[in-house]
Amino acid sequence: MKQTSQLGAHAHNFPRGRAAELPKETLLKMYRDMVEQRRFEEATGRAYGLGKIMGFCHLYIGQEAISVGAAAALRPSDVMMSAYRIHAQAMARGVPPQAIMDELFGKATGCVQGLGGSMHIFDIAKGFWGGWGLVGQQVPTAAGVAFAQKYQSTSNITMVFFGDGAVHQGAIHETFNLASVWGLPIVFVVENNQYGMGTALSRVSSLEPLHEMADAYKIRHYEFNGMDLLESYDAFADAVDYAREHSRPVYLEAHCSRFRGHSMSDPGKYRTKDQLEEEKAHDPIPGFAAFLVDCGVTTHEALEAIDETAKAGMKLILERAEAAPWPDPELISKYVLVSP
Amino acid sequence: MAQLLFRDALNQAMSEEMERDSRVYLVGEEVAQYDGAYKVSQGMLARFGEKRVIDTPIAELGFVAVAVGSALGGLRPIIEVMTYNFAILSLDAIINTAAKAHQMTAGQLSCPIVLRGATGAGGALAAQHSQSLESQYTHIPGLICLSPSTPADAKGLLKSAIRDPNPVIFFEHEALYSAKGEVPDGEHLVPIGKGDIKREGSDVTIIAWSRQMKQLIEQADAWSEELGLDIELVDPRTLRPLDMELILASVKKTGRVVIVEEGFQFNHVGAEIAYRIQRDGFDLLDAPVERVTSIDVPMPYSPALEKLVLPNADRIKAAIRAVCYK
Repeated sequence: MKQTSQLGAHAHNFPRGRAAELPKETLLKMYRDMVEQRRFEEATGRAYGLGKIMGFCHLYIGQEAISVGAAAALRPSDVMMSAYRIHAQAMARGVPPQAIMDELFGKATGCVQGLGGSMHIFDIAKGFWGGWGLVGQQVPTAAGVAFAQKYQSTSNITMVFFGDGAVHQGAIHETFNLASVWGLPIVFVVENNQYGMGTALSRVSSLEPLHEMADAYKIRHYEFNGMDLLESYDAFADAVDYAREHSRPVYLEAHCSRFRGHSMSDPGKYRTKDQLEEEKAHDPIPGFAAFLVDCGVTTHEALEAIDETAKAGMKLILERAEAAPWPDPELISKYVLVSP
Repeated sequence: MAQLLFRDALNQAMSEEMERDSRVYLVGEEVAQYDGAYKVSQGMLARFGEKRVIDTPIAELGFVAVAVGSALGGLRPIIEVMTYNFAILSLDAIINTAAKAHQMTAGQLSCPIVLRGATGAGGALAAQHSQSLESQYTHIPGLICLSPSTPADAKGLLKSAIRDPNPVIFFEHEALYSAKGEVPDGEHLVPIGKGDIKREGSDVTIIAWSRQMKQLIEQADAWSEELGLDIELVDPRTLRPLDMELILASVKKTGRVVIVEEGFQFNHVGAEIAYRIQRDGFDLLDAPVERVTSIDVPMPYSPALEKLVLPNADRIKAAIRAVCYK
């Protein structure tokens, strides 16, 4: 995993070791969450191949340590917002996987009743605020939610995810500036999986590591290994605490790999098979499993049972999504404007 | 009734609504310490403080989008753009976020913003600062579009806009800010989606709004006499949703329609109005609907050319004669 030195006056070294101190039940839940997300996305890929899921569809496989580490660091009343590689992030926030799968199938029982699909998963009650399809669009939007949190004197914060392909959008830079000037309680997270669709970051970015750009806006920043759940949690927990306590933005760069294409229509010809295999060697799930067993938190057998349960659960979820009803035609115009 | 300038009517509307609802705040370029680029927000920083009257950098892409996000988060921002020419930068936030949030979340979120600022040709401001881009917004489902022509309508519509749970786009013609008019005292609300007959007449219906309507109000008596035709002036005030009931009632009375609009001709707002009139009022018409718009060219600087590009008296009177076969 590429790691780079931290430079700049606002670079920060976050303390390590907090994740290892978490209660055993929490650690096991985090493992279960990663496995369920992996199995969910595999099921999604299969259903897409069968034509059950349509539209653009982006799988999270390989990046689960980020979604789970982030969600574990947030309070239920905090807001998480993201772009469109989001099924796993929504699950991490507690959105029921059935409601997500039903949404992918375009069914009335989906979390947005079939109006959104893969890119527009929302469950505001669970603190998952989507689900936005324009590259970088969610970043100023999330800063606005953080603005509202501060204006209303809540102690909540907003966390927003975007990819390395989004970091050169002008709106993001304007947002960094405003978040710093206005002191917004927001954690910016760039999930750097090294490719914006099929374009390698190094070909289109004048700056690496990406978190360095936050220095220009006097925003605290640092990077972490997003393939390591323990490090991920430590990084997020420190950022969330800082944003909440100081009402200041933080910019995190999570180094990671996606094991599938950008979307279901991407054959991934821009990286070699060997390169992909090397990336898969850093799979966060077996890495965390080894930690749990080594620490005596659980056994290999117990972890395998978790996996079997998840697989069986996904089979059921697909069957139910298939059987769920289609939306009524009245839905087409029901939510265009707020009803008086 | 008080005599108020258009800009002061807007100021009253914002100030009253901010007194009424602590979620309402004003954000934009020069709105606070400078008292507004067009002095619409004069005195508001002193009255409401810097938490609720907020200056921004000149960066419409970012600050409009952040304000849109704050509406999703429960606030009611009034977002001032210096002109709609600059608001082009913020179209992603308006079209892709604000107009979509309610529908895309199946009603879990709503986006009660008011985007407001100057539109139209202010006078020899050339190609980049003279546009009327209303039809860019009226094209989008999920947006409400308002364009008042008088100080009274400006105040009443802006108050309704601030209270509305939907994203509202509010157009203030740059040449109207110093216009004076009577504004009712006390609580004055103009309902969204309701037009107004600005002059009763029996021979020909002219549909217009904003600065074009103001000029028509000033000219209508003289033109009626000159042309020997009794002109009726219909101001839709809300450009989306349209008050077709009012428009068709006027068409029923006159049978003849001219639409006057400052925007470019291709795909302009009036084209939709004309379509609806022929669809729902075909039998009411005695002549094809005429339209007078800006000529389809980037605005030239020279005042000698600008007045030829904008709708002008000669072109409007020619259109009136055409629909009346005179």
